Amino acid sequence: MQDNASNDTPMHSMVELTLYVAGQTPKSVAAIRNLERICADRLDGAYQVKVVDLKENPRLAREHNIVAIPTLVRKLPAPIQKIIGDLSDTEKVLVHLRMGVAG
Amino acid sequence: MATGIDKAATGIDGFDDVTEGGLPRGRPSLVCGSAGCGKTLFATTFLVNGARAGEPGLFVTFEERPRDIEANVESLGFDLGDLCERGLLQFEHVHFDPAELAEVGDFDLEALFLRLELAVEEIGAKRVVLDTIESLFSAFDNQAILRAEIRRLFDWLKEKGLTAVITGERGDGSLTRQGLEEYVSDCVVLLDHRVHNQVSTRRLRIVKYRGTAHGTNEYPFLIGRDGFSVLPVSSLGLEHKVFEERISSGVPDLDAMLTGGGFHRGSSVLLSGVAGSGKSSLGLCFADAACRRGERALYLSFEESAGQTVRNLRSIGLDLQPWIDQGMLKCSAARPTFYSLEMHLAIMLAEVAKFQPSLVVLDPISAFLDSGESLEVQSMLLRIVDYLKSNGITGVFTHLTHDQGVAKTDAGLSSLMDAWLLLLNREVNGEFNRELFLLKARGMSHSNQVREFVMSDTGIRLLPPYLGESGALTGSARRVEEARARRAEVDRLLKLETMRQNIEQRRRKAEAEIAQLRAQVDAEEAELRRLSSAEDEHLLAAQADLADLIASRRG
Repeated sequence: MQDNASNDTPMHSMVELTLYVAGQTPKSVAAIRNLERICADRLDGAYQVKVVDLKENPRLAREHNIVAIPTLVRKLPAPIQKIIGDLSDTEKVLVHLRMGVAG
Repeated sequence: MATGIDKAATGIDGFDDVTEGGLPRGRPSLVCGSAGCGKTLFATTFLVNGARAGEPGLFVTFEERPRDIEANVESLGFDLGDLCERGLLQFEHVHFDPAELAEVGDFDLEALFLRLELAVEEIGAKRVVLDTIESLFSAFDNQAILRAEIRRLFDWLKEKGLTAVITGERGDGSLTRQGLEEYVSDCVVLLDHRVHNQVSTRRLRIVKYRGTAHGTNEYPFLIGRDGFSVLPVSSLGLEHKVFEERISSGVPDLDAMLTGGGFHRGSSVLLSGVAGSGKSSLGLCFADAACRRGERALYLSFEESAGQTVRNLRSIGLDLQPWIDQGMLKCSAARPTFYSLEMHLAIMLAEVAKFQPSLVVLDPISAFLDSGESLEVQSMLLRIVDYLKSNGITGVFTHLTHDQGVAKTDAGLSSLMDAWLLLLNREVNGEFNRELFLLKARGMSHSNQVREFVMSDTGIRLLPPYLGESGALTGSARRVEEARARRAEVDRLLKLETMRQNIEQRRRKAEAEIAQLRAQVDAEEAELRRLSSAEDEHLLAAQADLADLIASRRG
């Protein structure tokens, strides 16, 4: 399940996000919807989003050390940030997505 | 088991005895305790022993890294790396970095479940360890979600039929910090690490165990070189080898007090007495006798150093140095407060196992009583006695008593002992005299007499009691009594002699008087004869005169 949305609009930095879900549970669906909305409304296109369903590939949970579902991982810019939950609070998500990033 | 639930053996010494088989199979068990009390070791042992018995195990660690755990238990002979390679063991390292984690909205731990399921399926795990569950609580803010998820986790483990050990930190006043895990577990084991008088003792208690009987006591446990072992008093199997052979105590007089000449091999002998009553010396006589028989003896001292012991024994004509040099005797000294009780026990048992002696002297066992709870000490000593007996090793224990009138040991060990010698140091008329008597000797008829215990430079002797008119006497009282008796005897003899002489004298006197009287009679007789012959002559003369007269008239 890939849900890529990116364009070449330059931003201060590229945001690379991975959302881990497990099947089509209400929480997963809500998280996907919330993330799509946040990205579209607030990230000005400078993002790359990947959605991983751990039900299909549980090994990735071990590899990326995922415990809770749903988990949003900001791989870039460094350092890695993890946000767990259904991302229902947009402002909070944005605070954590910008955390540790200069500018 | 005929009835009750199925159990999975943990392979932990003693624990399976206490629980009558181990942890509940296919159910989650909680092992809780404060930091450093051995939770992880318990869990690891459970997993390793399961793996060795063909039940693959999954180790989910939330704290330590797998290679740290591996290194920690390596000294116990657990080769986790090897078990992992053989597919009998697997680690699942779940770690959290709170700095990179934020919570926004509703979530669950489905990913953890997926990981567990994957790992369980990969090796076909039958046993699971979660170490420690507290880490989950500290990693997430939303405790309500977490509590629900933990409950789901326990249900999930049960549903999968996994025998699980979940470790948890102990909370204030409750078994766990969250007060949740103990309710959803089928079995709760509490580990404790208490310090009393600066000496720590580890204890284990089974708080709950659904569907089965279990020991409810607190059991001391050890973490020694051989790993985790619980010391249940009830595991004292009474199936020791029994010896008919008698062994000498090294004191011929003492052997003579026992019908058959000595103590049974493999029995336990308690020497109790007040300070300075000769317990150590007597104990070492046993060791010396063992060496003379060509057997090894181990002397475990908790008060004196080995050198001091050897020097002191020279004063009673016992030179132990040659035995030490030949490797027949080993003296091992350690302060009771130096280690914790369980460490002492572990070290002692290890010493015995290594040296393989036929006789062990523990001098004195009472030293431990100051360093711990008497109940713990008792169970520790019980374990030693049990170990020695089951190996056919004669045990000699000295015990310092403070009140010699009372025949009891503080540790309540007397009933464990096959023979009990009481050494007394009695003050009579301004002097102390040592006495010894046999309080009990199982399976042997023995003297009921109090003997005087004399230590001289030629060794230990037991003098038979002096039974005077006023009871048994010892020491100078005995010598006084003996002297008094001797004097009385002399007096009597003297009196007799005087009387004999008196009679003799009187006899002589009488005889002299008789002789005198006889002489007097003889003299009177002689006078009589002289007078009567004079009379005869007179008569003859008268007759002749008469005849002359008649003749003259005629004439």
